[in-house]
Amino acid sequence: MPEYILLRHRDIPGIDDLDTYLENDGFKAFEKVVTDQSPQELIDSVKHSGLRGRGGAGFPTGVKWSFLTPGVFPRYVVANADESEPGTFKDREIMEKNPYQFLEGVAICSYAAQANTAYVYFRGEFWDLAQEIEKKIDLLYERKLLGAGLFGTDYSLDIYLHVGAGAYICGEETALLESLEGKLGQPRLRPPFPAAEGLFAKPTVVNNVETLANLPPIVNRGADWYRSIGTEKSTGPKIFCLSGNVERPGNYELPMGTTFRELIYEHGGGIPEGRKIKAIMPAGASSAMILGTEEVLDTPMDYESLPEIGSQLGSASIIVLDETVDISWVTYKTSRFFKHESCGKCTPCREGTYWMYNVLKRVQGGGGDRHDVELADLVAHGIEGKALCALGEFAIMPVMSGIRLFRDDFEAHIGDER
Amino acid sequence: MSEPLVTLTIDGKEVSVPAGTLVVDAAKKVGIDIPVFCYHPKMDPVGMCRMCLVEVGMPKRDRQSGEVVTDENGDAIIEFRPKLDTSCTLSVSEGMVVKASSEKAVAGRRDIVEFLLTSHPLDCPVCDKGGECSLQELTMEHGPGKSRFLYENKMHLDKHVPLGDLIYLDQERCIQCARCIRYQELIVDDPVLGFEERGRRLQIVTYSDPEFDSYFSGNTTDICPVGALTTTDFRFGARPWELNAAPSICPHCPVGCNLTLNTRREAGAGGTSVVKRVMPRQNEAVNEIWICDKGRFAHHYASSPDRLTQPLVRKDGELVAATWDEALRTASEGIKAAGQKTLGIAGARAANEDLFVFRRLLEAVGGEAVLHDTMAGGDHVAQFGVGTGTNLKELGQGDAILVIASDLHEEAPIWWQRVFAAAGRGASLVVANARQTRLDKYAAQSIRYAYGDAVQIASGLVAAVSGVNGNSDFAGLETVNSAAKLLSEARNLIVFFGGEGLDYEGTQALANACARLLVETKHVGRPNNGLIAVGSKGNLQGAWDVGLRGDPRGLPAALGAAKAVVLLAADLFGDDPHLADDLDEGVFVVVQELFLTESARRANVVFPARSFIERSGTFTTGERRVQRFYQALQPHGETRPDWRILVDLAERLDFEMGFASELDVFGQIAESVDGYEGLTYEDLSRVDAQWPPVGAQDLYFGGTASKNTHGLGVQIAPGTERGVTFKAGALQQSEIPQSEWVLVPVTELYDHGRTVTESEVLKPRLSAKILRVNRQGVDKIGVEPGQEIELHLNGEVYILPVEIEPSLSDGIVLVARSQGIPASTPAAVELRAVS
Amino acid sequence: MLAEKYQAEIDQILKKFPPEEKRAAVLPLLYLAQREGGHITQTEVAEIAALLDLDATQVGGLIGFYTLLHDKPEGKIRVQICTDLPCALRGAETFAEELCENLGIKLGETTDDGFVTVEEVMCLAGCDRAPMFQVQEPTGIHYHEHQTLETALEIIEEYRKRESDA
Ligand SMILES: Cc1cc2nc3c(=O)[nH]c(=O)nc-3n(C[C@H](O)[C@H](O)[C@H](O)COP(=O)(O)O)c2cc1C
Ligand code: SF4
Ligand code: FES
Repeated sequence: MPEYILLRHRDIPGIDDLDTYLENDGFKAFEKVVTDQSPQELIDSVKHSGLRGRGGAGFPTGVKWSFLTPGVFPRYVVANADESEPGTFKDREIMEKNPYQFLEGVAICSYAAQANTAYVYFRGEFWDLAQEIEKKIDLLYERKLLGAGLFGTDYSLDIYLHVGAGAYICGEETALLESLEGKLGQPRLRPPFPAAEGLFAKPTVVNNVETLANLPPIVNRGADWYRSIGTEKSTGPKIFCLSGNVERPGNYELPMGTTFRELIYEHGGGIPEGRKIKAIMPAGASSAMILGTEEVLDTPMDYESLPEIGSQLGSASIIVLDETVDISWVTYKTSRFFKHESCGKCTPCREGTYWMYNVLKRVQGGGGDRHDVELADLVAHGIEGKALCALGEFAIMPVMSGIRLFRDDFEAHIGDER
Repeated sequence: MSEPLVTLTIDGKEVSVPAGTLVVDAAKKVGIDIPVFCYHPKMDPVGMCRMCLVEVGMPKRDRQSGEVVTDENGDAIIEFRPKLDTSCTLSVSEGMVVKASSEKAVAGRRDIVEFLLTSHPLDCPVCDKGGECSLQELTMEHGPGKSRFLYENKMHLDKHVPLGDLIYLDQERCIQCARCIRYQELIVDDPVLGFEERGRRLQIVTYSDPEFDSYFSGNTTDICPVGALTTTDFRFGARPWELNAAPSICPHCPVGCNLTLNTRREAGAGGTSVVKRVMPRQNEAVNEIWICDKGRFAHHYASSPDRLTQPLVRKDGELVAATWDEALRTASEGIKAAGQKTLGIAGARAANEDLFVFRRLLEAVGGEAVLHDTMAGGDHVAQFGVGTGTNLKELGQGDAILVIASDLHEEAPIWWQRVFAAAGRGASLVVANARQTRLDKYAAQSIRYAYGDAVQIASGLVAAVSGVNGNSDFAGLETVNSAAKLLSEARNLIVFFGGEGLDYEGTQALANACARLLVETKHVGRPNNGLIAVGSKGNLQGAWDVGLRGDPRGLPAALGAAKAVVLLAADLFGDDPHLADDLDEGVFVVVQELFLTESARRANVVFPARSFIERSGTFTTGERRVQRFYQALQPHGETRPDWRILVDLAERLDFEMGFASELDVFGQIAESVDGYEGLTYEDLSRVDAQWPPVGAQDLYFGGTASKNTHGLGVQIAPGTERGVTFKAGALQQSEIPQSEWVLVPVTELYDHGRTVTESEVLKPRLSAKILRVNRQGVDKIGVEPGQEIELHLNGEVYILPVEIEPSLSDGIVLVARSQGIPASTPAAVELRAVS
Repeated sequence: MLAEKYQAEIDQILKKFPPEEKRAAVLPLLYLAQREGGHITQTEVAEIAALLDLDATQVGGLIGFYTLLHDKPEGKIRVQICTDLPCALRGAETFAEELCENLGIKLGETTDDGFVTVEEVMCLAGCDRAPMFQVQEPTGIHYHEHQTLETALEIIEEYRKRESDA
């Protein structure tokens, strides 16, 4: 078994205890950057590592940091711990089991951004987890790993927790910032991007929990080491969240570029009762579905390969749908999710998700007619390319791909009378 | 400094606009109306309705050199973006190609309309906005088609949600564009509207207490692109296309907002026309496209059944109806008998034409024509007022505004709004008053003084900028010094002075000190610099300009010496019943009025006057802009315009004035009034193109604010600009009575004057009849807040509840004007717990 | 009054944000208010608004946007079952129905004794451990994973017992 880089608790039990973490090189990386490196050097090495954002968009992390408006302070770092994409549960495991690595990542990112304040925005449901992290942060202050004058330098850092209150859209970084500022969590117009005008209109870095957890190993072991994992353009380890019709659902930390086959069959134990895979949703509810063909199963899971087969990696939440699953029902479920979670700010998403849900519900309930399948598709196309943020775009992915690939599943619900 | 221009092509038309211009605005400039819902040219774009989608292409550039790549014909190769763009959020760039009417753009927008209609009730036939709704327009344009959305899937929502006393929300019609929310938040900083819920359940709500009672709430109904917001006043009142429109000017305060009066013949009113609604008329230099709710909703007094419609003459002690002939004869006999002992007293509510003829008439009789107002300073404004071309919209970073002894939010709401906006653009705002007002929040420097010290504070500012110490105890005070620094360093400076806590002499002294401040800091004789009086009546400046002044003897003395009194738009005895005591039994009183006021009850002859709605004329704003208003309704009964009554009276007194119309009167004004030389009605009626373009043709941008086709008025040059010499005088002091308790009357927007109380919709909003003292004050009186106390003034006792106003100083008791307590300036009073 | 009862906590919360950005404290304060009785009252909305120099509308409007904030009292505890796609693929819908049936209510309803409200919620990031739910009580939110009807009923009983002991 290769070693775990992110889910290190699987190798080192008790690493959620600060002493254990420190014994295992904990906070060495933070100390190193603060005492030894300029923020620019740090940014350069993260760029070189090829680390890309694990929150879904896959944007190169070092490049994002370099967009901070020069000379404008204070700056902020916000850790996106809103994890709400159906099928995604990796950030939670990191924070529950290997919390200090994540917090050290927040600290390193803050130093790179020259921010003295970082906020961790938890989804409200992670209430108990937030209480635990709060205690751990207190401990870091006690041990002088947070606060003023760190490691004998004049760098200081405060990390604060902020607990959201139940809204998927608050995972979208600008909606998150609005919510953190005490407003309705509705996305902002971009530009300006958070790096230019983010929290409290100041330059801000927003990074995902998993992204941040990658930073201590990159600093400790070097960008070249990091690059050696994964593929050329999608470097490093990745946590794949496997759910749906598999024997062993759960988180699997594997190099970027691992195939679906390896994940599902080797690690996930295959499909119950040896059933066939009908479709895969590689990016949670926001996925364009892909057929469970041999070719697909042999596709490496990385940022480049998935678009080639008509989908996206997103946050790598692989939902497996076996041959017993009715895709019409799946789209009914995903459309219900997006209707429920649309923030309502823009017309196509607000009205379109509501309409799409109504049509698919009608189809699913047997009350639809032949035109309804067409209509659901047309509504999805009506939303396409017009929404203010990506949620609207996400919402149509399963519907358009589902209808394209599995029209029969929909038509099976249409009565004969019309 | 002209900004660099950017050239782009929109639907094949080339347009050059300043860098930073939004594509949607650039399109508008070449006559292409891209539909918008959430975008409003007065607010930053939010890009949320997605209605304004267009196709956008950019010239292809070489990756290395950055040069534009051309095809074989030498034309730039344009790369179109895969997705449509919202033209309201996109700034223009050089060489951009925009397709607003390509098949793709139109199809994209059709999708958005269809989405909106899935939630919309399509109840246009019963909607107040029917005929003025952009959604309706768009639906027609794209063809209503067959809705693919099943009716039973529609959300059925509440159609009659009162957001407050004045505004109703129809949740089904609302399209969540947030214009109303943003207007309240960004333009008037009164964030009482918000969204709640999310997704399709997203709704406009208020949790405020009281609810939606912003002074500007009506404006949200204008900019609401659909019929979601309606006013209690106009709801179900009429269909827009049945209405006639007359341009007018709001007479309520010195801002002089441009209005459109929409009228209709009404069966309920015996087939006569009535005003159905009052709408803002665009004048970017005055009110832009906004008005306050007083201007919008107070109009009902004009059609009150209590209006005077016939002349009245006193016979055997009773006022009885008379013919004009009889009334004019009786009045002229009374005046003739009094001769030089005729005293004319006019209020600044009247039009320039009325006030001018009034002065002429009294001059002819050899009597005295005086102004009934607690504010002075009009001469200073005429001399040091704002330069021509002044527009508060232009003030921002590097400029300064001083507001002293005035609560602009209550006294001149649209000035408040525009000053707030200037502060938002970075202008340094200095607010000086004896109590906290709504403007303090935005002030770079607040100066708090004790009532009575306003002039000394202004003198302190003068001292700080000039080193001349005008006996001010406040020169050298830190707040005064830092304020003085802000003001003197500013590129442009406008000073608003009010009359709070001051009397006639006090405001005169304050005007003088403020004028000195402007002169010392060299902020005169240029646009966006100068002095503005925040008068409590709309035409105060006009009254001063045509030559009316307060009586130097003081009213009691003047009345005591009079044998006949002519009252024009001034309810002397209503304002202060004691003044009637100063009058001899035998004094002959003539009153020109709208209503049977206290003064009219005391009169020998009462002439029924027309309101501004039933006649035409001009007013002069505090910024000295002369503006013309037009007749909107047929006259009530036998009423005549005030100037006409005076001309008729003159004739009976054997003076030939030679005025057959307002036009003639204005001609005389233009001949004899300083600064008005050569001015004609035609000049006042001129209009230049204004941005943003609004009006019926363009619902997208302006909503229901109307286009100005009848004149922007003319700003009169102040003396400093015309080289007239009039020096500001030596610095003086002001004072208030010395007493344990001093009553200070203050202005509140919804006063209890007849021109407000006749409006049913404003009734719940009228200013509270309360007294206000500080915390220690209630303790001293020995009561709890909310309890009634006795106020003793001039031997009379008034009982009112008392509340706490924390920012007041000890010994001060505040009361809103027109609450039936006869004190128009600070007065010594006693306060006691109710015995 | 929140300010009197929780002064120390409120100060702690406010310390996290720059003084001119007090508005950011609104969600934590709403949670504090909710601690009182499981929902937020109009009075509390007004109080929070005053504490943060906001208009009550800027506070009250948030409650409906966020699913964990409530403006109406319901069951003392809310059992919020994830029936979103990944959980549903692992039997969460049936689980939810059975649980409700056992409690004698329908989804979204509250038991007669006013103790439990059972609601369906969207993904809780526990997809690999379905069926699962969270329990929202006035003082916090707790996850319960790998559930069966029996374990779920036991858990509810425990909450009930704790409540009656308190
Ligand atoms: C609707 C929506 C939901 C999102 N939810 C999350 C989330 O729960 N967690 C997350 O880290 N990123 C989420 N994102 C992505 C964020 O906007 C952002 O890209 C990310 O936090 C950046 O961090 P990274 O660069 O480290 O990936 C979401 C995006 C959208 C459009
Ligand atoms: S009420 Fe009108 S202005 Fe306000 S959001 Fe709704 S549609 Fe827009
Ligand atoms: S969530 Fe509504 S537009 Fe993006």
